[in-house]
Amino acid sequence: MADTAAAETLTELPLAGLHAGLGAKFVPFAGYAMPVQYAAGVMAEHLWTREKAGLFDVSHMGQVRLPKDALAALEGLIPADLLGLPEGRQRYGVFTNDAGGVLDDLMVAHRAGDVFVVVNAACKVQDLAHLRAHVAGVEEVTDRALLALQGPLAEAALAGLVPGVAAMRFMDVAVLEWDGCDLWISRSGYTGEDGFEISVPVERAEAFARALLADGRVAPIGLGARDSLRLEAGLPLYGQEMDQGISPVEAGQGWSIGKARRPGGARAGGFPGAGIILDQLERGAPRRRVGLRPEGRAPMRAGVTLHADADGPAIGHITSGGFGPSLGAPVALGLIDAGVPADATLYGDVRGKRLPAAQVPLPFVTPGYKR
Amino acid sequence: MKYTEDHEWLSLDGDIVTVGITEYAAQQLGDVVFVELPEVETQVAKGDEIVVIESVKAASDIVAPIEGEIVEVNEALVDNPALVNEDPTGEAWFFKIKIEDTAALDDFMDEDEYKDHIGE
Repeated sequence: MADTAAAETLTELPLAGLHAGLGAKFVPFAGYAMPVQYAAGVMAEHLWTREKAGLFDVSHMGQVRLPKDALAALEGLIPADLLGLPEGRQRYGVFTNDAGGVLDDLMVAHRAGDVFVVVNAACKVQDLAHLRAHVAGVEEVTDRALLALQGPLAEAALAGLVPGVAAMRFMDVAVLEWDGCDLWISRSGYTGEDGFEISVPVERAEAFARALLADGRVAPIGLGARDSLRLEAGLPLYGQEMDQGISPVEAGQGWSIGKARRPGGARAGGFPGAGIILDQLERGAPRRRVGLRPEGRAPMRAGVTLHADADGPAIGHITSGGFGPSLGAPVALGLIDAGVPADATLYGDVRGKRLPAAQVPLPFVTPGYKR
Repeated sequence: MKYTEDHEWLSLDGDIVTVGITEYAAQQLGDVVFVELPEVETQVAKGDEIVVIESVKAASDIVAPIEGEIVEVNEALVDNPALVNEDPTGEAWFFKIKIEDTAALDDFMDEDEYKDHIGE
Protein backbone atom coordinates (compact mmCIF):
# COMPACT_ATOMS: atom_id res chain seq x y z
CA MET A 1 0.00 0.00 0.00
CA ALA A 2 2.99 2.29 0.38
CA ASP A 3 3.84 4.60 -2.49
CA THR A 4 6.36 3.09 -4.85
CA ALA A 5 9.75 4.49 -3.96
CA ALA A 6 11.60 5.83 -6.96
CA ALA A 7 14.95 4.09 -7.08
CA GLU A 8 16.00 5.57 -10.38
CA THR A 9 16.30 9.28 -11.03
CA LEU A 10 13.00 10.52 -12.32
CA THR A 11 12.56 13.47 -14.63
CA GLU A 12 10.10 16.04 -13.37
CA LEU A 13 7.45 17.45 -15.68
CA PRO A 14 7.74 21.18 -16.35
CA LEU A 15 4.45 21.61 -14.48
CA ALA A 16 5.42 19.44 -11.46
CA GLY A 17 4.94 22.37 -9.08
CA LEU A 18 1.44 23.05 -10.38
CA HIS A 19 0.48 19.39 -10.00
CA ALA A 20 1.85 19.20 -6.46
CA GLY A 21 -0.12 22.32 -5.56
CA LEU A 22 -3.28 20.65 -6.89
CA GLY A 23 -2.74 17.68 -4.56
CA ALA A 24 -1.27 15.26 -7.09
CA LYS A 25 0.14 11.90 -6.09
CA PHE A 26 3.13 11.04 -8.26
CA VAL A 27 4.24 7.66 -9.62
CA PRO A 28 7.23 6.71 -11.76
CA PHE A 29 6.27 6.11 -15.39
CA ALA A 30 8.68 5.82 -18.32
CA GLY A 31 11.36 7.63 -16.31
CA TYR A 32 9.09 10.54 -15.33
CA ALA A 33 7.43 11.45 -12.06
CA MET A 34 3.84 11.52 -13.31
CA PRO A 35 0.74 12.75 -11.49
CA VAL A 36 -1.33 9.56 -11.23
CA GLN A 37 -4.27 11.26 -9.53
CA TYR A 38 -5.27 14.43 -7.76
CA ALA A 39 -7.34 14.87 -4.61
CA ALA A 40 -10.58 13.84 -6.36
CA GLY A 41 -9.25 10.35 -7.15
CA VAL A 42 -9.26 8.20 -10.29
CA MET A 43 -12.99 7.44 -10.32
CA ALA A 44 -14.15 11.05 -9.95
CA GLU A 45 -11.54 12.28 -12.45
CA HIS A 46 -12.63 9.69 -14.99
CA LEU A 47 -16.32 10.62 -14.68
CA TRP A 48 -15.51 14.35 -14.76
CA THR A 49 -13.73 13.90 -18.09
CA ARG A 50 -16.72 12.03 -19.56
CA GLU A 51 -19.08 14.82 -18.45
CA LYS A 52 -17.04 18.02 -18.56
CA ALA A 53 -13.41 18.71 -19.47
CA GLY A 54 -10.26 17.13 -18.04
CA LEU A 55 -6.78 18.62 -18.29
CA PHE A 56 -3.94 16.11 -18.64
CA ASP A 57 -0.21 16.82 -18.61
CA VAL A 58 1.36 14.53 -21.19
CA SER A 59 4.65 16.39 -21.48
CA HIS A 60 6.48 13.08 -20.98
CA MET A 61 5.60 12.14 -24.54
CA GLY A 62 8.11 12.71 -27.33
CA GLN A 63 7.54 15.65 -29.64
CA VAL A 64 9.50 15.55 -32.89
CA ARG A 65 9.70 17.85 -35.90
CA LEU A 66 10.66 16.66 -39.35
CA PRO A 67 11.05 18.52 -42.63
CA LYS A 68 7.90 18.80 -44.73
CA ASP A 69 9.33 16.46 -47.38
CA ALA A 70 9.89 13.69 -44.79
CA LEU A 71 6.48 12.09 -45.34
CA ALA A 72 7.83 9.87 -48.13
CA ALA A 73 10.70 8.63 -45.97
CA LEU A 74 8.29 8.10 -43.05
CA GLU A 75 6.23 5.81 -45.24
CA GLY A 76 9.30 3.56 -45.27
CA LEU A 77 8.80 3.03 -41.51
CA ILE A 78 5.02 3.34 -41.07
CA PRO A 79 2.29 1.51 -43.06
CA ALA A 80 -0.06 4.52 -43.07
CA ASP A 81 -0.93 6.57 -46.13
CA LEU A 82 1.19 9.59 -45.20
CA LEU A 83 1.71 11.04 -48.68
CA GLY A 84 -2.08 11.16 -48.89
CA LEU A 85 -2.34 13.09 -45.62
CA PRO A 86 -3.59 16.60 -46.41
CA GLU A 87 -1.93 19.63 -44.89
CA GLY A 88 -3.65 20.57 -41.64
CA ARG A 89 -4.51 16.96 -40.81
CA GLN A 90 -3.11 14.35 -38.43
CA ARG A 91 -3.05 10.57 -38.83
CA TYR A 92 -2.40 7.61 -36.53
CA GLY A 93 0.36 5.19 -37.44
CA VAL A 94 2.69 2.49 -36.13
CA PHE A 95 6.42 1.93 -36.56
CA THR A 96 6.70 -1.72 -37.62
CA ASN A 97 9.65 -4.13 -37.41
CA ASP A 98 10.85 -6.83 -39.83
CA ALA A 99 8.94 -9.50 -37.89
CA GLY A 100 5.66 -7.66 -38.44
CA GLY A 101 5.59 -6.41 -34.85
CA VAL A 102 5.21 -2.86 -33.61
CA LEU A 103 8.05 -0.66 -32.30
CA ASP A 104 5.71 2.15 -31.20
CA ASP A 105 2.54 3.91 -32.21
CA LEU A 106 2.42 7.59 -33.00
CA MET A 107 0.57 10.56 -34.42
CA VAL A 108 1.84 12.24 -37.59
CA ALA A 109 0.68 15.79 -38.34
CA HIS A 110 1.17 17.40 -41.74
CA ARG A 111 1.61 21.07 -41.02
CA ALA A 112 2.18 24.13 -43.19
CA GLY A 113 5.93 24.22 -42.66
CA ASP A 114 6.88 20.81 -41.31
CA VAL A 115 5.80 17.40 -40.09
CA PHE A 116 5.08 17.09 -36.36
CA VAL A 117 5.16 13.70 -34.69
CA VAL A 118 4.18 12.64 -31.16
CA VAL A 119 5.51 9.33 -29.80
CA ASN A 120 5.23 7.42 -26.54
CA ALA A 121 7.47 8.44 -23.64
CA ALA A 122 8.78 4.93 -23.00
CA CYS A 123 9.86 4.53 -26.65
CA LYS A 124 11.05 8.01 -27.55
CA VAL A 125 14.80 7.38 -27.30
CA GLN A 126 14.56 4.35 -29.60
CA ASP A 127 12.07 6.13 -31.87
CA LEU A 128 14.42 9.08 -32.33
CA ALA A 129 17.32 6.77 -33.18
CA HIS A 130 15.07 4.84 -35.58
CA LEU A 131 13.89 8.05 -37.25
CA ARG A 132 17.40 9.51 -37.50
CA ALA A 133 18.65 6.32 -39.14
CA HIS A 134 16.09 6.65 -41.94
CA VAL A 135 14.90 10.24 -42.19
CA ALA A 136 16.94 13.43 -42.61
CA GLY A 137 16.38 16.52 -40.46
CA VAL A 138 14.88 14.90 -37.35
CA GLU A 139 14.63 17.39 -34.51
CA GLU A 140 13.35 16.57 -31.01
CA VAL A 141 11.25 19.35 -29.54
CA THR A 142 12.39 19.78 -25.93
CA ASP A 143 11.20 23.31 -25.18
CA ARG A 144 7.48 22.62 -25.26
CA ALA A 145 5.07 21.02 -22.79
CA LEU A 146 2.19 18.89 -24.06
CA LEU A 147 -1.26 19.15 -22.51
CA ALA A 148 -4.52 17.43 -23.41
CA LEU A 149 -7.96 18.86 -22.75
CA GLN A 150 -10.57 16.13 -23.11
CA GLY A 151 -14.30 15.88 -22.67
CA PRO A 152 -17.60 17.14 -24.10
CA LEU A 153 -16.95 20.66 -22.72
CA ALA A 154 -13.33 20.81 -23.94
CA GLU A 155 -14.22 22.85 -26.99
CA ALA A 156 -16.20 25.42 -25.01
CA ALA A 157 -13.45 25.74 -22.40
CA LEU A 158 -10.57 26.02 -24.86
CA ALA A 159 -12.48 28.31 -27.23
CA GLY A 160 -12.73 30.78 -24.35
CA LEU A 161 -8.96 31.23 -24.66
CA VAL A 162 -8.41 30.28 -28.29
CA PRO A 163 -11.58 30.93 -30.32
CA GLY A 164 -10.14 29.31 -33.46
CA VAL A 165 -10.40 25.79 -32.06
CA ALA A 166 -14.18 25.74 -32.54
CA ALA A 167 -13.67 25.45 -36.31
CA MET A 168 -11.41 22.39 -36.03
CA ARG A 169 -12.66 18.86 -36.72
CA PHE A 170 -11.42 15.56 -35.30
CA MET A 171 -7.75 15.05 -36.32
CA ASP A 172 -7.31 18.60 -37.64
CA VAL A 173 -4.11 20.36 -36.62
CA ALA A 174 -3.50 24.10 -36.40
CA VAL A 175 -1.11 26.64 -34.97
CA LEU A 176 -3.17 29.19 -33.04
CA GLU A 177 -2.11 32.11 -30.90
CA TRP A 178 -2.80 32.52 -27.21
CA ASP A 179 -1.50 35.55 -25.33
CA GLY A 180 1.32 36.14 -27.77
CA CYS A 181 2.59 32.57 -28.04
CA ASP A 182 1.99 29.86 -30.63
CA LEU A 183 0.02 26.82 -29.53
CA TRP A 184 0.34 23.68 -31.67
CA ILE A 185 -3.12 22.20 -31.42
CA SER A 186 -4.68 18.98 -32.70
CA ARG A 187 -8.29 17.93 -32.19
CA SER A 188 -7.54 14.48 -30.87
CA GLY A 189 -6.86 12.59 -27.67
CA TYR A 190 -6.75 9.33 -25.82
CA THR A 191 -10.01 9.17 -23.90
CA GLY A 192 -12.72 8.48 -26.47
CA GLU A 193 -14.03 11.99 -25.92
CA ASP A 194 -13.87 15.08 -28.07
CA GLY A 195 -10.86 17.16 -27.14
CA PHE A 196 -7.55 18.70 -27.99
CA GLU A 197 -3.86 18.09 -27.55
CA ILE A 198 -1.90 21.29 -27.15
CA SER A 199 1.85 21.80 -27.41
CA VAL A 200 2.80 24.99 -25.57
CA PRO A 201 6.20 26.61 -24.95
CA VAL A 202 7.51 25.42 -21.57
CA GLU A 203 7.89 28.94 -20.20
CA ARG A 204 4.18 29.68 -20.88
CA ALA A 205 2.81 26.23 -20.00
CA GLU A 206 1.91 26.97 -16.38
CA ALA A 207 0.14 30.22 -17.22
CA PHE A 208 -1.79 28.44 -19.96
CA ALA A 209 -2.72 25.51 -17.71
CA ARG A 210 -3.84 27.89 -14.96
CA ALA A 211 -5.94 29.83 -17.46
CA LEU A 212 -7.70 26.59 -18.41
CA LEU A 213 -8.09 25.47 -14.78
CA ALA A 214 -9.64 28.85 -13.91
CA ASP A 215 -12.66 27.66 -15.94
CA GLY A 216 -15.01 25.81 -13.60
CA ARG A 217 -15.65 23.19 -16.28
CA VAL A 218 -11.98 22.11 -16.29
CA ALA A 219 -10.34 19.86 -13.68
CA PRO A 220 -6.85 18.31 -13.60
CA ILE A 221 -6.84 14.60 -14.42
CA GLY A 222 -4.04 12.11 -13.66
CA LEU A 223 -2.48 9.16 -15.40
CA GLY A 224 -4.79 6.71 -13.59
CA ALA A 225 -7.94 8.08 -15.20
CA ARG A 226 -6.12 8.49 -18.51
CA ASP A 227 -5.65 4.72 -18.49
CA SER A 228 -9.24 3.85 -17.51
CA LEU A 229 -10.61 6.34 -20.06
CA ARG A 230 -8.55 4.93 -22.92
CA LEU A 231 -9.41 1.39 -21.85
CA GLU A 232 -13.16 2.09 -22.02
CA ALA A 233 -12.58 3.78 -25.38
CA GLY A 234 -10.93 0.55 -26.60
CA LEU A 235 -7.73 2.41 -27.45
CA PRO A 236 -4.55 0.32 -27.40
CA LEU A 237 -1.60 1.17 -25.17
CA TYR A 238 1.83 0.42 -26.57
CA GLY A 239 3.53 -2.23 -24.44
CA GLN A 240 0.14 -3.77 -23.55
CA GLU A 241 -1.99 -4.32 -26.67
CA MET A 242 0.95 -3.93 -29.04
CA ASP A 243 4.62 -4.71 -28.84
CA GLN A 244 7.48 -6.01 -30.95
CA GLY A 245 5.86 -9.46 -31.01
CA ILE A 246 2.28 -8.36 -31.76
CA SER A 247 1.36 -7.19 -35.25
CA PRO A 248 -0.85 -4.16 -35.90
CA VAL A 249 -3.42 -6.51 -37.49
CA GLU A 250 -3.53 -8.68 -34.37
CA ALA A 251 -3.81 -5.56 -32.21
CA GLY A 252 -6.87 -4.41 -34.15
CA GLN A 253 -4.99 -1.50 -35.72
CA GLY A 254 -5.08 -2.84 -39.28
CA TRP A 255 -7.38 0.07 -40.15
CA SER A 256 -4.36 2.38 -39.89
CA ILE A 257 -2.79 0.68 -42.92
CA GLY A 258 -3.88 2.94 -45.77
CA LYS A 259 -5.42 1.62 -48.99
CA ALA A 260 -2.41 2.97 -50.91
CA ARG A 261 -0.11 0.77 -48.81
CA ARG A 262 -2.12 -2.44 -49.30
CA PRO A 263 -1.85 -4.96 -52.15
CA GLY A 264 -2.97 -3.27 -55.34
CA GLY A 265 -2.43 0.18 -53.82
CA ALA A 266 -0.27 2.90 -55.40
CA ARG A 267 2.51 2.41 -52.83
CA ALA A 268 1.80 -1.10 -51.59
CA GLY A 269 4.20 -2.42 -48.94
CA GLY A 270 7.56 -0.74 -48.55
CA PHE A 271 7.58 -0.78 -44.72
CA PRO A 272 9.31 -3.21 -42.33
CA GLY A 273 7.45 -6.51 -42.03
CA ALA A 274 5.20 -5.66 -44.98
CA GLY A 275 5.16 -9.24 -46.27
CA ILE A 276 3.85 -10.61 -42.97
CA ILE A 277 1.47 -7.76 -42.16
CA LEU A 278 -0.15 -7.54 -45.60
CA ASP A 279 -0.54 -11.31 -45.65
CA GLN A 280 -2.35 -11.08 -42.30
CA LEU A 281 -4.65 -8.38 -43.67
CA GLU A 282 -5.57 -10.64 -46.61
CA ARG A 283 -5.75 -14.02 -44.97
CA GLY A 284 -6.15 -13.28 -41.29
CA ALA A 285 -3.73 -13.07 -38.38
CA PRO A 286 -3.06 -15.91 -35.92
CA ARG A 287 -4.44 -13.89 -33.02
CA ARG A 288 -6.99 -11.14 -32.59
CA ARG A 289 -7.75 -8.44 -30.06
CA VAL A 290 -11.04 -8.70 -28.21
CA GLY A 291 -13.07 -6.54 -25.85
CA LEU A 292 -14.27 -8.39 -22.77
CA ARG A 293 -16.92 -7.70 -20.15
CA PRO A 294 -16.22 -9.98 -17.18
CA GLU A 295 -19.33 -11.15 -15.33
CA GLY A 296 -19.54 -10.00 -11.72
CA ARG A 297 -17.35 -7.31 -10.23
CA ALA A 298 -13.86 -8.87 -10.22
CA PRO A 299 -11.52 -7.00 -12.59
CA MET A 300 -9.40 -9.09 -14.95
CA ARG A 301 -6.01 -7.43 -15.09
CA ALA A 302 -3.17 -7.66 -17.62
CA GLY A 303 -1.60 -11.11 -17.66
CA VAL A 304 -4.74 -13.08 -16.68
CA THR A 305 -4.89 -16.14 -18.93
CA LEU A 306 -7.99 -16.69 -21.06
CA HIS A 307 -9.60 -20.06 -21.72
CA ALA A 308 -12.34 -21.27 -24.06
CA ASP A 309 -13.99 -23.26 -21.29
CA ALA A 310 -13.86 -23.70 -17.55
CA ASP A 311 -11.05 -26.28 -17.61
CA GLY A 312 -9.30 -26.04 -21.00
CA PRO A 313 -5.83 -24.73 -21.92
CA ALA A 314 -5.09 -21.02 -22.41
CA ILE A 315 -6.20 -19.52 -25.73
CA GLY A 316 -4.89 -16.05 -24.93
CA HIS A 317 -4.50 -13.49 -22.18
CA ILE A 318 -5.69 -10.12 -20.95
CA THR A 319 -3.50 -7.27 -22.23
CA SER A 320 -5.20 -4.46 -20.25
CA GLY A 321 -8.00 -4.70 -17.76
CA GLY A 322 -9.57 -3.02 -14.83
CA PHE A 323 -12.70 -1.28 -13.71
CA GLY A 324 -14.56 0.97 -16.13
CA PRO A 325 -16.00 3.81 -14.04
CA SER A 326 -18.44 4.92 -16.76
CA LEU A 327 -19.79 1.38 -17.07
CA GLY A 328 -19.64 0.67 -13.35
CA ALA A 329 -18.20 -2.72 -14.19
CA PRO A 330 -14.93 -4.41 -15.08
CA VAL A 331 -13.70 -4.20 -18.69
CA ALA A 332 -10.70 -5.74 -20.39
CA LEU A 333 -8.84 -6.07 -23.67
CA GLY A 334 -7.41 -9.44 -24.60
CA LEU A 335 -5.33 -11.11 -27.29
CA ILE A 336 -6.69 -14.53 -28.24
CA ASP A 337 -6.26 -17.24 -30.85
CA ALA A 338 -8.10 -16.19 -34.01
CA GLY A 339 -9.88 -19.54 -34.21
CA VAL A 340 -11.99 -18.90 -31.11
CA PRO A 341 -15.60 -18.13 -32.17
CA ALA A 342 -16.55 -14.47 -31.76
CA ASP A 343 -19.63 -15.32 -29.70
CA ALA A 344 -17.90 -17.73 -27.31
CA THR A 345 -17.85 -16.89 -23.61
CA LEU A 346 -14.24 -16.83 -22.42
CA TYR A 347 -12.95 -17.66 -18.97
CA GLY A 348 -10.26 -15.64 -17.22
CA ASP A 349 -8.09 -17.31 -14.59
CA VAL A 350 -8.34 -14.89 -11.66
CA ARG A 351 -6.46 -16.09 -8.59
CA GLY A 352 -7.04 -19.71 -9.60
CA LYS A 353 -10.75 -19.33 -10.39
CA ARG A 354 -12.08 -19.46 -13.95
CA LEU A 355 -14.45 -16.51 -14.23
CA PRO A 356 -16.63 -15.97 -17.34
CA ALA A 357 -16.27 -12.93 -19.59
CA ALA A 358 -18.34 -12.08 -22.66
CA GLN A 359 -16.71 -10.93 -25.89
CA VAL A 360 -18.20 -7.55 -26.83
CA PRO A 361 -17.66 -5.06 -29.65
CA LEU A 362 -15.21 -2.20 -29.04
CA PRO A 363 -15.26 0.52 -27.91
CA PHE A 364 -17.04 -0.06 -24.59
CA VAL A 365 -18.30 3.54 -24.59
CA THR A 366 -19.59 5.60 -27.52
CA PRO A 367 -16.90 8.02 -28.72
CA GLY A 368 -17.62 11.74 -28.67
CA TYR A 369 -15.30 12.70 -31.54
CA LYS A 370 -16.40 15.77 -33.53
CA ARG A 371 -15.91 14.58 -37.09
CA MET B 1 -8.95 0.13 18.90
CA LYS B 2 -5.64 -1.51 17.95
CA TYR B 3 -3.67 -1.16 14.72
CA THR B 4 -1.32 -3.30 12.63
CA GLU B 5 1.65 -2.29 10.50
CA ASP B 6 -0.46 -3.40 7.51
CA HIS B 7 -2.92 -0.57 8.29
CA GLU B 8 -5.68 -2.72 9.71
CA TRP B 9 -7.73 -1.73 12.73
CA LEU B 10 -8.84 -4.32 15.29
CA SER B 11 -11.71 -3.91 17.71
CA LEU B 12 -12.19 -6.48 20.48
CA ASP B 13 -15.59 -7.46 21.91
CA GLY B 14 -15.38 -10.50 24.21
CA ASP B 15 -13.36 -13.02 22.20
CA ILE B 16 -14.43 -11.60 18.81
CA VAL B 17 -12.11 -9.24 16.92
CA THR B 18 -13.62 -7.06 14.18
CA VAL B 19 -11.10 -6.12 11.46
CA GLY B 20 -11.11 -3.31 8.92
CA ILE B 21 -8.61 -1.01 7.22
CA THR B 22 -7.67 2.45 8.37
CA GLU B 23 -8.63 5.77 6.82
CA TYR B 24 -4.99 6.11 5.75
CA ALA B 25 -5.06 2.72 3.98
CA ALA B 26 -8.34 3.51 2.24
CA GLN B 27 -6.88 6.77 0.96
CA GLN B 28 -3.74 5.04 -0.29
CA LEU B 29 -5.78 2.41 -2.12
CA GLY B 30 -8.02 4.90 -3.86
CA ASP B 31 -11.50 4.00 -5.13
CA VAL B 32 -12.24 0.42 -4.14
CA VAL B 33 -14.19 -1.46 -6.82
CA PHE B 34 -14.06 -5.08 -5.73
CA VAL B 35 -13.87 -7.00 -2.48
CA GLU B 36 -13.56 -10.76 -2.08
CA LEU B 37 -14.13 -12.06 1.43
CA PRO B 38 -13.13 -15.34 3.10
CA GLU B 39 -15.65 -18.09 3.89
CA VAL B 40 -17.07 -18.08 7.38
CA GLU B 41 -15.87 -20.89 9.67
CA THR B 42 -12.42 -20.78 8.04
CA GLN B 43 -9.47 -21.24 10.40
CA VAL B 44 -6.85 -18.62 9.61
CA ALA B 45 -3.27 -18.14 10.72
CA LYS B 46 -1.65 -14.78 11.27
CA GLY B 47 -0.42 -13.44 7.92
CA ASP B 48 -2.79 -15.50 5.73
CA GLU B 49 -4.01 -13.46 2.75
CA ILE B 50 -7.75 -13.74 3.26
CA VAL B 51 -9.30 -10.71 1.55
CA VAL B 52 -8.72 -9.48 -1.99
CA ILE B 53 -9.35 -5.79 -2.39
CA GLU B 54 -9.10 -4.08 -5.76
CA SER B 55 -9.05 -0.39 -6.47
CA VAL B 56 -9.49 1.15 -9.91
CA LYS B 57 -5.78 0.75 -10.46
CA ALA B 58 -4.51 -2.32 -8.58
CA ALA B 59 -5.22 -5.42 -6.52
CA SER B 60 -4.04 -5.87 -2.93
CA ASP B 61 -4.53 -8.37 -0.12
CA ILE B 62 -5.61 -8.01 3.44
CA VAL B 63 -3.99 -10.50 5.77
CA ALA B 64 -5.36 -12.10 8.89
CA PRO B 65 -3.80 -10.02 11.69
CA ILE B 66 -4.20 -12.79 14.23
CA GLU B 67 -4.89 -16.53 14.47
CA GLY B 68 -8.49 -17.64 14.84
CA GLU B 69 -11.75 -18.61 13.17
CA ILE B 70 -13.65 -16.35 10.79
CA VAL B 71 -17.14 -16.10 12.28
CA GLU B 72 -18.68 -13.33 10.17
CA VAL B 73 -17.88 -11.38 6.99
CA ASN B 74 -19.32 -8.08 5.79
CA GLU B 75 -21.26 -9.06 2.65
CA ALA B 76 -22.33 -5.42 2.17
CA LEU B 77 -18.82 -4.71 0.85
CA VAL B 78 -19.25 -7.20 -1.99
CA ASP B 79 -22.27 -5.31 -3.34
CA ASN B 80 -20.95 -1.85 -2.48
CA PRO B 81 -17.13 -1.81 -2.42
CA ALA B 82 -17.15 2.00 -2.33
CA LEU B 83 -18.19 1.72 1.33
CA VAL B 84 -14.49 1.07 2.06
CA ASN B 85 -13.69 4.62 0.97
CA GLU B 86 -16.78 6.16 2.54
CA ASP B 87 -16.59 4.69 6.04
CA PRO B 88 -13.45 2.54 6.46
CA THR B 89 -13.46 2.53 10.25
CA GLY B 90 -17.20 2.07 10.68
CA GLU B 91 -19.62 0.36 8.29
CA ALA B 92 -16.84 -1.04 6.12
CA TRP B 93 -15.47 -3.64 8.53
CA PHE B 94 -14.25 -6.73 6.64
CA PHE B 95 -14.49 -9.75 8.92
CA LYS B 96 -14.79 -10.92 12.50
CA ILE B 97 -12.36 -13.43 14.00
CA LYS B 98 -12.96 -15.50 17.10
CA ILE B 99 -9.67 -15.72 18.94
CA GLU B 100 -8.36 -17.98 21.72
CA ASP B 101 -6.02 -15.60 23.44
CA THR B 102 -7.24 -12.03 23.83
CA ALA B 103 -3.89 -11.06 25.35
CA ALA B 104 -2.42 -11.39 21.83
CA LEU B 105 -3.99 -8.03 21.05
CA ASP B 106 -1.55 -6.32 23.38
CA ASP B 107 1.17 -6.74 20.74
CA PHE B 108 -0.54 -4.30 18.36
CA MET B 109 -0.16 -0.53 18.20
CA ASP B 110 -2.52 1.81 19.95
CA GLU B 111 -3.81 4.92 18.19
CA ASP B 112 -0.88 7.14 19.14
CA GLU B 113 1.67 4.55 18.06
CA TYR B 114 -0.17 4.05 14.75
CA LYS B 115 -0.22 7.79 14.09
CA ASP B 116 3.55 7.81 14.62
CA HIS B 117 3.81 4.82 12.27
CA ILE B 118 2.11 6.67 9.40
CA GLY B 119 3.95 9.88 10.23
CA GLU B 120 0.99 11.97 11.35
